[in-house]
Amino acid sequence: MRRARFLIVALALALAMIVSVKAQAGDLDDIKAAGKIRIAVFGDKPPFGFIDENGANQGYDVYLAKRLVTDLFGSPDKVEWVLVEAASRIEVLQANKADLVLANFTVTAERATQVDFAKPYMKVALGVASPKSALISKVEDLKGKTLIVTKGTTSDTYFSKNHPEIKLLKFDQNTEAFNALRDGRAAGLAHDNTFLFAWTKDNVNFVTGIDFLGDEDTIAPAVKKGQTQLLAWVSERIEKLIAEGFFEKAYAATLAPAFGPAVDPKSVLIEKLN
Amino acid sequence: MLDSALSVFRMGRNMARLMEGLGVTLEISVVAVGLSLIFGVPLGLMMAGSNRPLKWLLRGYLEFVRVMPILALLFIFYYSLSKFWNINLSALTVSIFVFTLWGAAEMGDLVRGAVTSLPRHQWDSARALGLSEGQVSFRVIIPQAIRRLLPGVINLTTRMIKTTPFVFFINLPDLLKVGQQIVEVSGLRYPLASVWVYGFIFIIYFVICYPISLFSRYLERRWAS
Repeated sequence: MRRARFLIVALALALAMIVSVKAQAGDLDDIKAAGKIRIAVFGDKPPFGFIDENGANQGYDVYLAKRLVTDLFGSPDKVEWVLVEAASRIEVLQANKADLVLANFTVTAERATQVDFAKPYMKVALGVASPKSALISKVEDLKGKTLIVTKGTTSDTYFSKNHPEIKLLKFDQNTEAFNALRDGRAAGLAHDNTFLFAWTKDNVNFVTGIDFLGDEDTIAPAVKKGQTQLLAWVSERIEKLIAEGFFEKAYAATLAPAFGPAVDPKSVLIEKLN
Repeated sequence: MLDSALSVFRMGRNMARLMEGLGVTLEISVVAVGLSLIFGVPLGLMMAGSNRPLKWLLRGYLEFVRVMPILALLFIFYYSLSKFWNINLSALTVSIFVFTLWGAAEMGDLVRGAVTSLPRHQWDSARALGLSEGQVSFRVIIPQAIRRLLPGVINLTTRMIKTTPFVFFINLPDLLKVGQQIVEVSGLRYPLASVWVYGFIFIIYFVICYPISLFSRYLERRWAS
């Protein structure tokens, strides 16, 4: 009996400790007090987030991250990079392994129930790549032809739903899909336009003939649910950075070399509101 | 062709980065295998012992670790502990802990198997000769058990080393992940980068694991004569 009571008291104490610690998990004030911010970025997805040959984090997302760190602490070094996989972007926030995710994170309604998205800093839509010699420049060009998609992506959903008249050739992996296009197994390949811009730049016989299609999605920073101060601060910063033309500079420094001069920066950047 | 290979490794700090990745791989493997050996022996002796409740408890632990995929264990201790109980462990700590948890359980089972496979009369004869319990264990049972243990331990060690790349799922850049980062960045300039980098990693794993096999073969041969 005494033992049982002791156990209950101990349990209650432990629970109270856990709850009290949880309540103070890293919002903006705590980050400032800690003197550094933990930002989750990709380590192997150029040009958005990757590690260069010198071991330094680079890319469009990293460019923005460094600016935010500088605005917060006055120096771009007060950051701890967390290298994240696409599938664990939500988990790193929920498990408090990172304060902020900047990893080409597309805003969706389902994800928004699990993390909080700040103001978007980039947009993405579908595109269709095709051989220069048999250019597909509008959806009508695809009538009666075959189109390659990667299973489960937005391009797969979009064409299955809106254009059942176009025959789809589906692959599990992006690599297989692009190889199939190279082998001439279909008239074109549909994917995120940003992905296609980078690919067609390196595969000069192909071109992103349709660069904007379907619903426009946005890419935004994400924070753990309930980090209201941090969320508000990041959103406010992004609005200021858009107004100051920062993202044009970020594009020129990181995306332009990967996408090539044929791409209009406006197709991925968020316009200034004025 | 060889030129492109050399260029990939010479670019910036690529070679040093691969070695840093190797450092992470080795740190996890060496510490976890070492701890597994240390914890596994007493665990195995208890599993082979006569304390029933303790045996069931250890049996449950072994089955749990054996049934759980390593990846699930890594996720539980890295993400779930932090998410639900606010115990925020570093990726390296979690990796070493999970690999030790797995290694010690399997090691314990190997020790149990080796000890129980010795015929009963080994104990009886040793005692009949007037040896103390300590002498029975250390001079008769353990030396014989170690020989039976060796192939299993070598197998477990190399399996643990080869499973370490799972740690990159909890954001820890080991040798393989650093290799992948290099391939993704230099793949456009050097289309063969993946062959060179992954080939190099294959050789490193071979250089680590093969001597362990050689050493075990040497011991077996020595003990046989």
